[in-house]
Amino acid sequence: MDIQSCVEVRNEWDIVSARQLGRNMAKELGFGNVDQARITTAISELARNIYLYAGRGKICIEPIDQIGRKGLRIVALDNGPGIREIRKVMEDGYTTSGGLGAGLPGVKRLMDEFSIESTVDVGTEISATKWLR
Amino acid sequence: MRIPILKLHEYLLITIQVEMDDQTALQFQEDLLNKIHDTGAKGVVIDLTSVDMIDSFIAKVLGDVVRMSKLMGAQVVLTGIQPAVAITLIDLGISMREVSTALDLEQGLDKLRLELEG
Repeated sequence: MDIQSCVEVRNEWDIVSARQLGRNMAKELGFGNVDQARITTAISELARNIYLYAGRGKICIEPIDQIGRKGLRIVALDNGPGIREIRKVMEDGYTTSGGLGAGLPGVKRLMDEFSIESTVDVGTEISATKWLR
Repeated sequence: MRIPILKLHEYLLITIQVEMDDQTALQFQEDLLNKIHDTGAKGVVIDLTSVDMIDSFIAKVLGDVVRMSKLMGAQVVLTGIQPAVAITLIDLGISMREVSTALDLEQGLDKLRLELEG
């Protein structure tokens, strides 16, 4: 299987590139229409967060092939300001952008697994996985 | 990239067939409002049959343009939202409750006609 592919996120057009890459990989792995849309949308939201809050960063997408289980993992990385209150950003309806992004709770619902690590002034790493059913 | 806006009697028809980046979406918002102003259109159908993903940004732009058009006096109906798109929008927590929708272009035009002619 392919190794991970990354897209640098520096501007609005990179958001489109990241989600196109995600859709292609999801299709290739055999995800159905609905999960393709979920994965693409999750990537779009994560890439937009990078663009809005960190300015730049990258989205990496990798197929996972564990024994008996296949899936796709999205990793969103940036060296931005970090998230001071992770618990708060995981609450529905919390926003600092005036509602430009649906936020991380939405991404968590779109995917099967979700984890976030963030250090103030160092950066944020978000990892989200969708398993092939 | 510009999204074409067609005029049909007192209606405007738009079918979105491109992968929308932020600029295209915002340009479309402006173009539609100008077209409503120039043509005096009373109703607008935005067909999303070919759209395979709507993220929170595109949803916000679409919701905003519906409200902006309403301010100007034109009714907007969104049509053709795909099953996968409806599922992901609700997963995301976006319900677009105040936006008028219909299954397809034909039903969208019927809905507009009913709303406008009462």
